[in-house]
This record gives sequence, structure tokens and C-alpha cells, in this order.
Amino acid sequence: MAELTYREAVAAGIAQEMERDETVVFLGEDIAKAGGVFKATVGLYDKFGPDRVRDTPISEQAILGAAMGAAMTGLRPIAEIMFSDFLAVCWDIVSNQIAKSRYMTDGQVSMPLVIRTANGGGARFGAQHSQSVENWSMMIPGLKVVAPSSPADVKGLLAAAIRDPDPVMFFEQKSLYATKGEVPDGEHVEEMGKARVVRDGDDVTIVALAAMVPRAVEAADRLQAEEGISASVVDLRSLVPLDTTTIFNEVGKTGRLVTVEENPRLCGWGAEVSSIVAEERFWDLDMPILRITTPHIPLPSSEELEDIALPSVARIFETVRNEVD
Amino acid sequence: MAKRPVKKRASKSAKVPTPSATATLNDDIGEEKRLEMWRLQLEVRHMEQRLHDLFFQNLIKGTSHLAIGQEAIASGCAAVMRPDDYTFCTYRGHAHTKVRGVSMEKIIGEMMGKGNGLLGGKGGSMHLTDVDKGAMGSYAIIGAHLPIAAGAAWKAQYLKTGQVAFCFFGDGTTNIGAFHEALNFAVIWELPVVFVCENNLYMEYTPISEVTAVEHPAADRAGAYGLDSIIVDGNDADAVYRVARAAAEKARNGGGPSLIEAKTYRHSGHSRADPATYRPDGELEEWLKKDPIPAYRQRLKEFGISKKVIDDIEDAVLAELDAATEAAKNGAPPSEDSLMTEVWADGGSSWRN
Repeated sequence: MAELTYREAVAAGIAQEMERDETVVFLGEDIAKAGGVFKATVGLYDKFGPDRVRDTPISEQAILGAAMGAAMTGLRPIAEIMFSDFLAVCWDIVSNQIAKSRYMTDGQVSMPLVIRTANGGGARFGAQHSQSVENWSMMIPGLKVVAPSSPADVKGLLAAAIRDPDPVMFFEQKSLYATKGEVPDGEHVEEMGKARVVRDGDDVTIVALAAMVPRAVEAADRLQAEEGISASVVDLRSLVPLDTTTIFNEVGKTGRLVTVEENPRLCGWGAEVSSIVAEERFWDLDMPILRITTPHIPLPSSEELEDIALPSVARIFETVRNEVD
Repeated sequence: MAKRPVKKRASKSAKVPTPSATATLNDDIGEEKRLEMWRLQLEVRHMEQRLHDLFFQNLIKGTSHLAIGQEAIASGCAAVMRPDDYTFCTYRGHAHTKVRGVSMEKIIGEMMGKGNGLLGGKGGSMHLTDVDKGAMGSYAIIGAHLPIAAGAAWKAQYLKTGQVAFCFFGDGTTNIGAFHEALNFAVIWELPVVFVCENNLYMEYTPISEVTAVEHPAADRAGAYGLDSIIVDGNDADAVYRVARAAAEKARNGGGPSLIEAKTYRHSGHSRADPATYRPDGELEEWLKKDPIPAYRQRLKEFGISKKVIDDIEDAVLAELDAATEAAKNGAPPSEDSLMTEVWADGGSSWRN
């Protein structure tokens, strides 16, 4: 095992797949010579050269259109959209073209591509560089949606996404880039569509994603230490495919469900998870389902305001404590 | 547009410009290519008219965007392409799909929403695709397919296959951002893609001249991307063939993209819903004099090709069309099971366990 940062794991995952498959190519703004504005792709240009790691103009429609055209004719492109907020300027390519072409052509075209993007808040960048938009992708039929919380999952799930025959939206949480974690040596590939129970518990199940996972774990540790409440924490890892089996198992054990979402409240992924549990596991529940989310507001830039907007360890701790006897 | 009889030959009574009297068939195009382009133009013309008729018999639902009057562009370019070249086109894409050799029965079946349609009834008029023939899709959001075509060209460049991607779009596309992003991108990456603007004078219902800063919506923008300004008579298949051939050769030889503006006219409205009442009196009549079908018939005659050879091709096209129409009509509707298939590469649509 080696300790990598979340950002180093991005480059490690891409390098692992580029080494084993010549059809894997990578494009985006500032990703090649500059190594990425978040330094998540340092070294790839030097290692794989300008034919496989290519800088683009600020042309998000061209980036994703080119990725799609290459994918449907035999390559496995990885495209970077620098900030997930910028998906708004190329959403036609994502939602109308990449997501729908396989179905519209009755399976004639495949779309083995990955769209990597820096997602989420905590960096004080304001409303247009901080959004969590994973729920935008989740609601479009034809897109797989992955959001890792640890360096090991960054590498393993990115490798899985690159090998997957369908288009994968890969959301890297930008406030996690500097975090460190153990990553298995050698080839590392995770299975997409499997949630992970990252903390065992008996009293309440907290389901979280990406940056909300370490916050949920820290809150759970406090709940145990200060209140004697035993919380299980499920790292969802993937919204599509959605691992309802793991959620059902945990809810069946604890009888209580809390979701922790960074996306704004309306139509956040937690609403879908809550709906599924309410419809299919209502009689397992001992308490109303709770959703902890960012309020339904654009994100502010001020440190003080952003910190109270995003679900914090304290908010998770207090909300769960107040609801669980 | 006037209702057209189904089986009448479209190529009679030509009053059109003729090639020079000294022209011979042993020129740079030759008899074989010309007869191929004649057949392709007739396939498009007659199929489009048949689709129009089927609409008005209420056998086709939804919408359609016909290319009657624009046949020479699709045909002239297709005659240049290698079998493994790529075509990307718009919702006005029946022509570009057909000229790649795609089955008429499957196209008509798809228009009728049948299970024997090209896309199993899942795509319809605006999304005709036949990957096996190099018809890589008809795209219904203006501009989207220009960068996608560039991506297919990138693959050809990366794997050194020698393929060229042809990308067709209308004049209205030149005012959307993706057009400009794709051109710049294709130039800086030196991609083997040929962009073909079919300027039929109208962006949907509005004259393109009223909404565009320059006279020639594509050609006048070419210079901004370091490309040559290329304007061609889009009603002359030979002229289209020559510029497309030059552009394809340039692309195959590593010379990068080209942008061609082909001047043409659609004889019908923008879509099924549009009677095209906004056109000034006499405009359609002027363009009917430049109808590419009778013009090409006349040219073949000038080259000394016998009336029988010319007519036999048209008769064969009409016979194939009749058989295809009947087969499409006799097709079963799609199976209900097909509703939930082919979202994912595993053939299914499951999003959870």
C-alpha cells in the first residue's frame, strides 16, 4: 500500500489505464503541459505524449463532442470539464447526445467515455465554481454517475469507469484533492455500482457521498463518543447504478435512515434514496427519514456563509442526536 | 408545396444550363461516377416524395424535414466517400443517410415507427443512423454534431486509418456556438473532417440573410479559422463532387479540415408543419428552374448517355422504392419489450440493484 493524495490518485488511475489500453486518450483544458488546474493530471503528458494527452481550447462543447465522436468510433476518451459548473455550457452534448444516442439508435453506438470534473464546495469560489451537480446527471437516463470519497476509490473507480462500456460522469470533490489515503499497490480496479459500509453501527444509518462521507464518519464518531449512538455510515460511491441492496441491509439493521447531501435540497439524490426506502422498506423504519442538505440557495463565497450552507460535522451530529433517542 | 404524384418520373422537361459542348465523359469524373450520382439523387428525390405522401396518408407520425431540391449535395459528397468514411448529418438527414447505401425499407419503416425500422422505432425521422454503412447519426440539436464529427476524425487521425468524417448542416447552424468551437478545434488539431454547409437560404422560417452578419454564412466565416472560403453550386452534383473530392484528399493527406458552403434551395417548407408562405412570390419557381434532377438528366444526355440507360436507372429506383414501401407498411410495430432495452451496453436499462 502506498499513501497518495486524492489528486495523485486521479493521475495514477488514468496512467494505469493508459498503460494497459492504447485506445485510452485524454483531453481537456490545461490538462496536458500544465498538469491540470488542480494538479490532478501531473506527469501524464510527459509519460504518454501529445497524441494521447491533449490540451484543448476553452470549448466545452468541442471537448465533449470530440470525446463522444471518438468513443462511438472506437476510442476510450477521458474528457475533463475543469469545474462541474461548466457542464452547463455543454449540457446538450451530455444530456441529449452522449446519454441518448445508444437508445435512439437501438444499440448501434456505444459510448465508452468518462467525463471527469471537479465538483462541490468548500473552496470559497462562489456560486459558479462550487456547485454539487451530481443530481443533474442522475436524472438523465443513459448516464452512470460516480463520486469517490477516498484516494483508493478515486483510482479504483476511475479505472472501472474507463473500462466501462457506457458513459460515466466522474465527480471529483475538489475540497478532497489534498486529502491522503492508502491506495493498493499494483493494478487496482473497483466495481462500479457497489456502496461501501465505511462504519458499522446499530442505531442509525447515515448514507453519504464524496466529501460528505468523511464528515458523516466524524459525526458518527462523535455520536458514539458523546451520546452513545451507534451510527453506520454508507459511502454510496455511485448514484447510477444505485446500490439499494446495501442501503436496505443497513436500514433493516438500524431502522433509521439519514441522508447527507452536498447538492441543494430540491431533487437532490437523497430524495430518490428516501423515496425508494419509503416505498420498499417502510415497515423497517422506526423514525421518519431525515435529509441533511445544502439549503436551496446558490452557494455564497464567504467562508463563514459557505460553512453554514454545506452540511457540516456539527450539523450532522446535532440533527442525528436530536432525532435519535 | 404541391402534392406530387407518387410514381411520376421527376426528371422530365428540363430547361437547365448544360455543360459545354466539348465536354466528354472521359473527364475527371467519368461515366461510372456520374451514373452513380444520378442514381443517388433519384433515390433521395423519390424517397423523399414518397415519405411526403406517406405523411399525408397519416402513415407517418411526428415530423419530417425533407431535402427535396438539395439532392446534389448529399449525392456529390457520397460519391467521393470511401465505404469506411463517416457521415454526420442533421434532422434533415434522410438524404445523407440514404446515399450511404442504407436500406430504403429500413428508413421508411423507421419513419412509420415500425419494428423493422432502422432504429427499431426508437429514433424516428430526426435520428436516422446506420453505423455499418458509416452513417453515424442524424442530430436534432443544431450544431451538436460538428464537434462530434471532429471526434470521429480525431479517432481516424489517432489510429491513422485514413478515414474522413463528413459533417453536413444548414445555414442556420453557422450562428450557434458549437459551429465556431468545432471549426477552431478541428483546425488546431488538424483533423480530417469536411464540414459542408447546405445554405438553402432559410433558417427554419427566417431568411438567413436577416439574421447573419455576413453574406455567405459559412464561407465568410472560414477565414476566421484560417480556412479557404469555398462556395459551390449545391444544385450541381458534379461541382459538389469536385470540391468534396479536393477536401477529402486534403483531409486524408493530413491537411486538416475544410469548410464548404453549398448554395441550394429546399422546395418544401422547413418541416411537415411549414407551408413556407414566407417565401416571396416567384422564388420557388426560379429555383425549380435550377432543380438538380432535370439538370443532371440533361447533362447525362449532353454527354451522350442513352435515354434508355438514364430511364432504366430511374425505373429501377422506383421499383425498389415501391417494394421498400410495401415491406415497410407490412412491418410489425415494435415489441413492447424493446421499450426497456439498449439504454446500456449490456442491452438493458437497469439503474439499481
